[in-house]
Amino acid sequence: MNENNIDWKKYVIVFLITAGIFLSASFLSNHFSNQKINQIKAIQDNIAINILSSETQFSLLSELSCKNVSTSVLSGELDELGRKLEWGQENLGSTDEVNYLKKYYSLLQIKDYLLMKKISEGCKVKSAFILYFYTTAENCSECQRESLVLSALHDQYPELRVYSFDYNTDLSAVKSMEQIYKIKDTELPAVVLGDELLTGYHSIEELQSKIEESFTPTEIKSETPGSTTVKTIKSQ
Amino acid sequence: MKSISDLILYVLIFLSAYAQVFFFITFLENNKKIITRKGGIKLGSYPGVTIVVPCWNEGKTVERTLQSLLHMNYPQEKLNIFIVDDGSTDNTWNVVSKFSKYSNVKLFQKENGGKFTTLNLGLEKMETDFFGCLDSDSYADPEALVRIMSYFERDKNTMAVAPSVTVNAPKNILQHAQQAEYHLGVYLKKMLGFMGAINVTPGPLTIFRKKVFDDLGPYRHGHNTEDMEIAYRMQKHRYKIEHCNDAYVYTNIPSSIKKLFKQRLRWIYGFINNTMDYRGILFQKKYGNFSTFTLPTGIISIFAVSYLFSRMIYNFIVFASDKVFLYRTIGFHFSTKALSFDPFFINIRSVFLPVILIYAMVIFAMLFGRRMAEGKWVFSPEVIYFFPVFGIIAPFWLLKAVYNTILSRKPNWR
Repeated sequence: MNENNIDWKKYVIVFLITAGIFLSASFLSNHFSNQKINQIKAIQDNIAINILSSETQFSLLSELSCKNVSTSVLSGELDELGRKLEWGQENLGSTDEVNYLKKYYSLLQIKDYLLMKKISEGCKVKSAFILYFYTTAENCSECQRESLVLSALHDQYPELRVYSFDYNTDLSAVKSMEQIYKIKDTELPAVVLGDELLTGYHSIEELQSKIEESFTPTEIKSETPGSTTVKTIKSQ
Repeated sequence: MKSISDLILYVLIFLSAYAQVFFFITFLENNKKIITRKGGIKLGSYPGVTIVVPCWNEGKTVERTLQSLLHMNYPQEKLNIFIVDDGSTDNTWNVVSKFSKYSNVKLFQKENGGKFTTLNLGLEKMETDFFGCLDSDSYADPEALVRIMSYFERDKNTMAVAPSVTVNAPKNILQHAQQAEYHLGVYLKKMLGFMGAINVTPGPLTIFRKKVFDDLGPYRHGHNTEDMEIAYRMQKHRYKIEHCNDAYVYTNIPSSIKKLFKQRLRWIYGFINNTMDYRGILFQKKYGNFSTFTLPTGIISIFAVSYLFSRMIYNFIVFASDKVFLYRTIGFHFSTKALSFDPFFINIRSVFLPVILIYAMVIFAMLFGRRMAEGKWVFSPEVIYFFPVFGIIAPFWLLKAVYNTILSRKPNWR
């Protein structure tokens, strides 16, 4: 008596419409992911230029004066890049593109480290460096804890520069760093503070005292206005 | 593991989007047929109708229910009102006794046996060709019956006509949220009506041809949802059920979460168990859209809500344990970086757009349902209350109903 029979055509049409919505959505989502990757690339290119420029500036001026070497720009940008890459890896997945960007980032970090070390020695800028090696290849809960400790420390001490490296980064420069500091994959996380190698988890209090020691109490030679590297530290 | 749970999520979102698109396409197909009449109408003939008012401790509301029937724009001599007191222990009998003076009102008193037994008493005593019920917590609009009867006059094959049930005088946020849901219900019922796939003939003023009960037998217990069971039985026998969108009935709704929980537990339990009883008609094309659309959509929504809720709980636990982990590692630490906003970190996942579209279609359904129920477009905050209120509490009665089904525990009426 109920003359409403099943209209299969409608079921198919609705399926096609719904599938269409999903396809456009995944297309849009891909589009936004690509935009993000491009954004990361742009930041990296910008940092590469800045590092090159600072290097050149340093070679030009180092013998004469430390006054004009700008060091403040880089640190902030590198941090931002690091956070965006980390986010990208979590949310966009470990695609080839993201892995490539990660290698590039490691390389930029090494260059920044070498340059900053030179500047800090040459100009007696108060600073401390941490090289941090972790792994994503296995579930390393100590690495997660150490990462939290290091980012908290970085917030506390703007003069502290933290460079973090995924142990498994397939890049010769990173491998060389690992050789120089004798980092083994069985002893991760590993932190190089000054010349000291610390393996396994180290708490925030432990690292705090070591960082404060490494701030050499020498007179500050140059002051760049507005630069974060010359603020006096209040010990916590 | 993560990819499997994501896959399930995508499939469930796809199916939910499918159901909403299906309703929307049905709407576009039939939009012109939706007529909201204003004022009185005339019928060619006025057949006799028996309306049973079952009461069980409803002394506070039943008087207004009966008044609404006595003021119905329908020849009173054609309208037989049976008041059945189902063993009330309050003042219900005193209240309803006052109505014995009306010639078209008959009073019955019996031992408590549940709503379906009062309806069956009415079926035994009736002498008309049409039968209906009006719950004693509901009030009918004066034009409701005549509009419903016009559907029977128009189509001899129509076996039952359900009205638009909306909320009587909502006061608190919970009731406003329910009002939005009832408007959604009006829209969905109309669309299911077009598809010949209505699954409930609600207690407030659904009218049946007597033939339905002559052919299919009286009401059954139906897991305390006799109005759902009779609709399933009618669908099984391909009896046509329509929805009359401009016949309005206003019902009192639960004012507290506890009462709402009990009511919904009974409804969902009824849905699960009636569906299990009638599982034989699932995906059988001879039973029409009811078997290929209404029932699967209901089953999927139970799975979807249970799954999404568990997922939400899981995510919350992960979030909380991350925070504990952070605290135990570095103590209270406040990073200024967390405050700065960068649109880069907005995650536009591929499910984002379909979910927005589902929400948009549901909101449209509520607004259009309200337009059908009130005759005009009204934009009000109800729609906004609906999502948080039902999003948070609905999973609980749903999971409880599943749990009760597994342990065969029957929920009480109140």
